Amino acid sequence: MSLVLNFWLRVTSLFSGFGEQFRAMNKWQRYSAYGLGVVALYLLPYWPDVPVLGQIVNTPGSQFETVLNDQVVIFVLIALGLNVVVGIAGLLDLGYVGFYAVGAYVTAILTSAHGNLPWLLALPIAVVISMLFGVILGTPTLRLRGDYLAIVTLGFGEIIRLTAKNMDWLGASRGISNIKKPPSMFGLKFGVLDAKPYFYLGLTMVFIVIFILHRLEYSRVGRAWVAIREDEDAAELMGVNTFKFKLWAFTIGAGIGGLAGVHYAGKVGFINPDNFPLQLSILFLAAVVLGGSGNMYGAILGGILVAYMPERLRNFSDKRILVFGIVLVLMMVFRPEGILPKRVGNEHKKRRAKSQEGEVAS
Amino acid sequence: MSEVLLDFNNVTMQFGGVTALNEVSLQIKQGEILGLIGPNGAGKTTCFNVMTGVYAPTLGTVSFEGKNLAKLKRFEITKVGIARTFQNIRLFSEMTALENVMVGADARKKASVGGAILRTSRQRHEEKESRERSMELLQFMGISDRAETAARNLPYGYQRRLEIARALATEPKLLCLDEPAAGFNPAEKEELNELILKIREQGYTVLLIEHDMNVVMKVSDRVAVLDFGQKIADGLPADVRNNPAVIAAYLGVEDNAS
Repeated sequence: MSLVLNFWLRVTSLFSGFGEQFRAMNKWQRYSAYGLGVVALYLLPYWPDVPVLGQIVNTPGSQFETVLNDQVVIFVLIALGLNVVVGIAGLLDLGYVGFYAVGAYVTAILTSAHGNLPWLLALPIAVVISMLFGVILGTPTLRLRGDYLAIVTLGFGEIIRLTAKNMDWLGASRGISNIKKPPSMFGLKFGVLDAKPYFYLGLTMVFIVIFILHRLEYSRVGRAWVAIREDEDAAELMGVNTFKFKLWAFTIGAGIGGLAGVHYAGKVGFINPDNFPLQLSILFLAAVVLGGSGNMYGAILGGILVAYMPERLRNFSDKRILVFGIVLVLMMVFRPEGILPKRVGNEHKKRRAKSQEGEVAS
Repeated sequence: MSEVLLDFNNVTMQFGGVTALNEVSLQIKQGEILGLIGPNGAGKTTCFNVMTGVYAPTLGTVSFEGKNLAKLKRFEITKVGIARTFQNIRLFSEMTALENVMVGADARKKASVGGAILRTSRQRHEEKESRERSMELLQFMGISDRAETAARNLPYGYQRRLEIARALATEPKLLCLDEPAAGFNPAEKEELNELILKIREQGYTVLLIEHDMNVVMKVSDRVAVLDFGQKIADGLPADVRNNPAVIAAYLGVEDNAS
């Protein structure tokens, strides 16, 4: 047992050690590392063809690039959005699947059921409408705190699903089919069989979202969010318009959830209410918490793991959910702050520098 | 000492059957340091909470520069020019010292989500201004050497001073300090005294709640005393010190005074 624990600690410290080494690099080294990383990510669908690596990453029983797009990209997008709400602003949202569903349904309505718009035009409309739903849900409920907010949002997720299930206009339980695919662009054709173009599109969305969130996080807005998470009353007494910034966090989170829904609808071409169960909300939250709530890169890692591991472990068939559950429980016990916890200040850097000096001296 | 900055007019504050403040009238004048003292439970912190909008008074009005505070939200009161610290330290513990102060400085800034995403020139300018001003304040409070440390990892004395820096960052006209010397040793209290005087020199008006008589008597221009929610004295420190009602409140009255 202690052997396992020791190994685990080593693995996790490897992650954080990597981050610090990365920070220590100079500008050019860092940019080229970023560049290489981005290229490697866009080449992800081809990784299974690489000799040894391929054996490790490939998913048995399902097509690798389909897993990448339909699972990983969607989960990463959603983990990014949910991290704003839960991780940064500290608002526990248990109904996040609702926004995902709104994004998907708006796309379906506009491009198939009740309209004939192209996918590309439906995208901004769906994102805006998702954000609007964020405002609609947030305005009355953000006066609540903690557990109460969690319960209300939990209800919201279910309301969306049940409404879709019971309204003929929304296709009821039959769902909506023939949703338009993204148009061909940059030589990519979005067909039925090849998931790679969707993956490239989704990955690009992820990068855009990261860019936007990064700017928000290191600004007055990001500081207000963290201040609200840390102590809402004190934040308000320091002049933070807490309601406004909570609503923004909710809205931006909703927009990103909606974006993921648009991408999903465009890929699968067919949605029904069963695609948006409550269980997904829980998995989304698990992704954020597992990866490291409050740290964008932690949330991304969490999204990747939660989406990818069950597929990778498909050989264990039914038991994979059990394995996944055990991993989650172990995480909560041994590293409750997540795999990549948020780091504040420079203390840890100093400590590391000191311990390195010590090593050199001895 | 001229204009009245904050006017506490016949304020009564009731919580259910408990009357925490009973028809308290208190004026704070521009540029002074007013000490507010009283035994435990006298209503000092309630006074603060009414002022900063945490509670709405049951009766009476609080006005700041002639403006009634009753209709304002808490964050708006900060913008009007009242800032406070907390008796039990309430920093944003997962933020660095500098970020804590920047949250205060942000109160006067405008750039929001759009500005941050587009990095408009106004946003960049405000960001730079916030950062520089916050760093200055940390230097002023003598804690800039730990600017990049998470607030929760700061030593106690630093945390206390960081609270004052954060409050100053909101550019208040009136700074309310709620027991800033709590838990300090005599040498630290001495330092704090000087700091409070320095803050006043910079043009801030200070309202000071404090238990420690040495601190209050040395620093304050004027002292008001609360007991059981009522103001029992208000005057120069030396007068208040010798006021029989104050002595009685603090030491109790002998039953058979002869």
